[in-house]
Amino acid sequence: MQIIQPHYHAIARTAQDYERMAMSGVVAVAEPAFWAGFDRLYPETFIDYFRQISEFEPTRAAQYGIRHFCWVAVNPKEAENPTLTREVLRQFPEFFAKPTVLGVGETGLHKSTKNECESLQAHVEMAMKHGQLVLIHTPHLADKAHGTKRVLEVLAGMNVDRERIWIDHVEEQTIKPCLDAGYWVGFTLYPITKCSPKRAVDMLEKYGSERILVNSSADWGPSDPFTLQECILEYRRRGHSLQEAIEVFHNNPCRFLGQNPKFDIKPIRVEPLVEVPACG
Amino acid sequence: MLTPQQVIDTYFLEARHMLLEIAALLDRHDAAVVRGGGAAGNGKATSDAARLAVLREALRLLAEPAPGRERTVELLELFAKV
Repeated sequence: MQIIQPHYHAIARTAQDYERMAMSGVVAVAEPAFWAGFDRLYPETFIDYFRQISEFEPTRAAQYGIRHFCWVAVNPKEAENPTLTREVLRQFPEFFAKPTVLGVGETGLHKSTKNECESLQAHVEMAMKHGQLVLIHTPHLADKAHGTKRVLEVLAGMNVDRERIWIDHVEEQTIKPCLDAGYWVGFTLYPITKCSPKRAVDMLEKYGSERILVNSSADWGPSDPFTLQECILEYRRRGHSLQEAIEVFHNNPCRFLGQNPKFDIKPIRVEPLVEVPACG
Repeated sequence: MLTPQQVIDTYFLEARHMLLEIAALLDRHDAAVVRGGGAAGNGKATSDAARLAVLREALRLLAEPAPGRERTVELLELFAKV
């Protein structure tokens, strides 16, 4: 089965992950910009990071037949430095012109501070001005519900195209308001700290598959890129068809990411071949 | 050996994860019952009800602040009944 990993931090992972993903059917990954584990101090550090994910990382993925796309953003955890955020934001248009950059992400909230909300708003404004997609991180654990509500409040005050915005890391208590407001949502499957493969399938069964993306967890912390395949297995073992699985794990990423024409992988349908017997 | 604080610091998120999985299992069961028109289905209603009752009893035992014996022993004996 062909699979797309819509949220994959490749720079934190090994070539062996690419190899194993390729062997399991992954045909493309999309890499949002994220936190490095420490707060960066210089705009140039971000610029080199964006160069790494937009220029170098696609070549690494290509060795395994995997397409690599990416996003640019200042992580919410670094939004407490507004000067840095503004300086990095000014560089975004240069990267929007690159052939594999899909948009602005992951922006969003961590502790939902005033600076974070202003940074989120500036990121979304930048994306809308340049016709880019948006990927929004929502907080983990205790601040999840409040942070997601704040994200929706910030967006509600802006002139945005909701179908071009993906609110990520939703869970059972946050999925409905995001879907009801017309946004795409993402489940992020972590071994411990976020959604699990089984709970993701529960939500797919409850809400259907429209405007839903499923991500594995793949970063420098405790995470596992193959939680996505685990989720596919869980989905299939509950009796959902191969085509239904393709709709969720391949075609939905194509539908959302494909709103940027640079993402040119198309939805697919599995049909039996009608073999015509050879004339004797 | 870990201090009480270290036990919580080290294992809280793992316990949270496992409890959420149990919550999801029970929600999944409820949804399946609703889809099936209110019955547990497939002719195994009695067995399913017994195992569900054991799960609920296990959760009740875990909620006790100071049980007489180790919780794992209590639960293993409980699960041996089904």
